[in-house]
Amino acid sequence: MLEVRDLSKSFGGLLAVDQASLDVRQGEIVGLIGPNGAGKTTLFAAIAGFHTPDAGRVAFEGRDITGLPPHKICAAGMVRTFQITQPFAKISVRENIMVGAYFRTADRRTAERAAEAVADTVGMAGQLDQMGADLTVAGRKRLELARALATGPRLLLLDEVMAGLNPTEIVEIVGVIKEIRESGVTILLIEHVMQAVTSLAERVYVLNQGRMIAEGTPASIAEDPQVIEAYLGHGAAKVLRA
Amino acid sequence: MSPRTLLCLVGLAAAVIFPLLAPNYLINVGMMVFFVAFIGQSWNIAGGFAGQTSFGHVVFFGTGAYTSTILQVTYGWNPWLAWPIAMAAGAAVGWMIAVLSFRAGLRGSYFALITLAFAEVFRILANSVPFTRGGLGMLIKADPRPINFQFRDPIWFYYLTLLLCVVAILIAWQLTRSRFGARLVAIRENEEAARALGIDVFAEKVRVLTLSGAMCAAGGTFYAQKYLYIDPNIAFGVDKSVEMLLVSMVGGAGTIFGPLIGSVALTGINEVTRWLASVVPALKNVQPLSLVVYGIMLVLIVARLPDGLMGLFRRKPRHA
Repeated sequence: MLEVRDLSKSFGGLLAVDQASLDVRQGEIVGLIGPNGAGKTTLFAAIAGFHTPDAGRVAFEGRDITGLPPHKICAAGMVRTFQITQPFAKISVRENIMVGAYFRTADRRTAERAAEAVADTVGMAGQLDQMGADLTVAGRKRLELARALATGPRLLLLDEVMAGLNPTEIVEIVGVIKEIRESGVTILLIEHVMQAVTSLAERVYVLNQGRMIAEGTPASIAEDPQVIEAYLGHGAAKVLRA
Repeated sequence: MSPRTLLCLVGLAAAVIFPLLAPNYLINVGMMVFFVAFIGQSWNIAGGFAGQTSFGHVVFFGTGAYTSTILQVTYGWNPWLAWPIAMAAGAAVGWMIAVLSFRAGLRGSYFALITLAFAEVFRILANSVPFTRGGLGMLIKADPRPINFQFRDPIWFYYLTLLLCVVAILIAWQLTRSRFGARLVAIRENEEAARALGIDVFAEKVRVLTLSGAMCAAGGTFYAQKYLYIDPNIAFGVDKSVEMLLVSMVGGAGTIFGPLIGSVALTGINEVTRWLASVVPALKNVQPLSLVVYGIMLVLIVARLPDGLMGLFRRKPRHA
């Protein structure tokens, strides 16, 4: 469904993403993990059209979308959320989600109904009249998810939707994400919270210093010495095994 | 019928009946209120709803005023026919400024400064090119007949501004309930998030500035027909830009009635201070006193009432 090949992106002299490749197949939940500064968000932004890649190719459902602007990529059926939540602060939750829903319809009533349905899916039905600015961290994360979902994507790119949440909230949002997948939306997620990834993702990619260093099931990734070293430092794998 | 609709209808009825009872002086004050509310609304649509704060909105006003006046004086057009052409010219200038500045990625204060620069360039051009008659300005021959867009009785100018103001309010109201308006608000609140949600931010911003330019140019033509004279400083002077921005901010930027409320407040202050300066000897040398009061008011509004006077009325914020 999504095919990224040898994508590179640098800022000034810093090579943020270095020939990274990944695949997402229809119906999957795929995780993208890696230590801080590994280039995960940059890779996301390059896939979703927020940065133009310096090299490499992004194809979505067989169509080359490299370098297309975000609104065209959104029209193709792929949408991203932000790690640092970006609610529209001075309008209500309903209106926030409607901005997403308007992507598929110009009619206000249709957009409103769609927004309410999406709010229901992510568990925000009771907060529709709250202002974007008044939401808690968990609420903002849900709103990010809801707005993106309202554009009617087939592939959802989630950037750390669980960061900053407490364990109860994580359990809740994991449930929401599973439900979204059941409804037929494929998901690629960046995550820091390891146990969340292992409980959600079927396959995991590991990015370190801009390079893709491993790919596999969550269990096999956790065993991979390269991955352990990336997270815990040089020599850590040997220590752990001993 | 909701209480809000009822209030609007009562207000409209009062505005229609008012000039039948009021003396000419008050009719002219009322006309200024609606006129400034109208051009303020043109600013508000771009600056308030879409968050594209312009400091040089007068560029559209002057474009409209000069376009219709040149067509009329130099080419003998009927001003009513020149009016839509003036609006088209304002739209074209809005489109051009938007494409140039948004293509270059200018936002926030940089956009504000570039619009100020455009207005100044237009003012200097109007001062120097032959077809505007430079600093001499342009005089429209007085011939007060309705067919000439000139009226002997000020009541007709009053009704015309009232009509413009109502149309502008309906446009703003439509924005609060349409997809276009929702997208503008999303762009104002957070451009990156708006892009992520599939909004073609550049195209929407160009669209809104084109609309705003057309509206403001309509105000320019009206002004020229009312006073029958324009020169570069009247048509492109910075004080009109400030006026448009001020009434919106004071009334409540991004609200439907903000510019009207702001215009009532500022015109009221203007008239009261003028009267004060004429009766209190100590204030005679403080000229113009209204600017002092404007300044104080703006400071207070920015510090205490970021949503403007509308913020006082609103129980539950909506579409702000």
